[in-house]
Amino acid sequence: MTTAPQPFSGNHRSALRAGVSRFKPGVAATVLPMPLHETPKVSLCDISLSYKTESGERLLALDRIDLKVKPGEFLCIVGPSGCGKSTLLHLIAGLHQPTSGHVLVDNNLVAKPGTDRILIFQELGLFPWLKVGENVEFGMKMKGISKAERNERVDYYLHLVHLAQFRNSYTHQLSGGMRQRVALARALATEPDVLLMDEPFAALDAQTRDLLHDELERIWAETGRTIIFVTHNVREAVRLGDRVALFSFRPGRIKEDFQIDLPRPRHLEDVTVAKTAAEILSSLREEINKSLEEQYGHEKVR
Amino acid sequence: MKKFARRTLFYSLLIGIWFLLAKLKIWPPYVFPDPKGVVENMWAGFADHSFWIAIGVSMKRMLEGYAISVVLGMILGFGVASSKFLEETMGGLLVSLQSLPSICWLPLAVLWFGLTEKAILFVVVMGSLLSVTIAMEDGRKQMPKIFGMAGRNLGARGFKLFWYVLLPASLPYIVSGLKQGWAFAWRSLISGEMIFVSLGLGQLLMMGRDLNDMSQVIAVMILIIGIGYIVDGLVFKTIERRLQHKWGLALGT
Repeated sequence: MTTAPQPFSGNHRSALRAGVSRFKPGVAATVLPMPLHETPKVSLCDISLSYKTESGERLLALDRIDLKVKPGEFLCIVGPSGCGKSTLLHLIAGLHQPTSGHVLVDNNLVAKPGTDRILIFQELGLFPWLKVGENVEFGMKMKGISKAERNERVDYYLHLVHLAQFRNSYTHQLSGGMRQRVALARALATEPDVLLMDEPFAALDAQTRDLLHDELERIWAETGRTIIFVTHNVREAVRLGDRVALFSFRPGRIKEDFQIDLPRPRHLEDVTVAKTAAEILSSLREEINKSLEEQYGHEKVR
Repeated sequence: MKKFARRTLFYSLLIGIWFLLAKLKIWPPYVFPDPKGVVENMWAGFADHSFWIAIGVSMKRMLEGYAISVVLGMILGFGVASSKFLEETMGGLLVSLQSLPSICWLPLAVLWFGLTEKAILFVVVMGSLLSVTIAMEDGRKQMPKIFGMAGRNLGARGFKLFWYVLLPASLPYIVSGLKQGWAFAWRSLISGEMIFVSLGLGQLLMMGRDLNDMSQVIAVMILIIGIGYIVDGLVFKTIERRLQHKWGLALGT
């Protein structure tokens, strides 16, 4: 493995996670004592969101969500489709406003999008008119970072996701997994404290997804970002997360919150991962059934 | 190659019929010239530089008028597309105004600006502005929403968001509208130039009529068609090809 150049800024909290430094010894330096009452990186305080449907009725999408995410934590949110988990990420990103309640990041109220929180969309939203390098550069350009530094960082982050030789390609020339990594590099390049990921690997084949799981775990360990990762795949959530929050079907509420203390690095096919996932899955299944019943009316689905 | 052969055959046939009709002398030559006269006239026009000057003058007006149309049309179109209020109020007006042939603005232009450059420019702008505006509005609406969200997410807002994200993202959807706008502007320009001694191609056309020189009229007409064809075939086709190369064949992914 090539030695990656040192990241340019940002708080490298990897040291806080003793368990992580075990498989990436080059990164963790000194182990800092954990403060007793650490301020959460992200706090969702009593968030509700409702909107008007086409037929004119009000639909409650999110119902009084309270959630705190520690700095450097990898939180996975699972739930049936339509439970509002993607919407929640949009709220944290500041792309929409909640109907009531508020989102705090570092105890500051989120009112608009900011580069301290970058969302990786399910459909990625890479810019097809820009080359891969220019895509990665985009956020930094908006921030007004100098050309020289931008260049250096594009280089660094493209190396990080193993795409250095594709800097001058257009995004449509890449495979799905590569595009996914461009999106990751683009998000990381703005050096956000919080990375929001919306089912990023849902459309990928199994091998590519496994590979990206490893890479994401490695990058998380190297950069110390806080990650909130939305998925409908419980196995994936257990494989990646420090914690898994289970959402209920409409209205979206936090049904259960699981702490995942399995040692890292983990693998999707680990027995312990499968066992933990099975526990969460049985709880999730009820919600999935509710969502199916809603979709298919009164037919019996079970 | 087969296609080329068929085309050559078709055009030779067309010119042949024209030649025969002229040879039959049903109409006097100043009403129905033969191809030879037209070619000679074309040659003479380029030789004494009058065609070159006319092309230069017309193209300059065209570029000015078209540039104004594109900038204004972009502002208007994007405005209407992003504001419900503007759409409900101005949207209908724009569509109904577009059905107005651009030549209808001519009397107004002459009254307001006199027989000046400005009057021609006004007609060109009015001729293409509305179609450009509507194309921009459509393009803006067709553009996938994800690009705007991704742009905002990465810290672009205000003018930067427009310039670096919304505009390039909507380009594939507006390029056909821009092409149409160019065609409208071109038509409006020629009619606008006919009103006074304006040195442009339109005026050369009128001069041909005044001199009873039908070969000149037809020569200029061929010139106008040719320029339109070149701009469409070279400029816009190149833009379209470039976009396709960048975006890949499947637009919008």
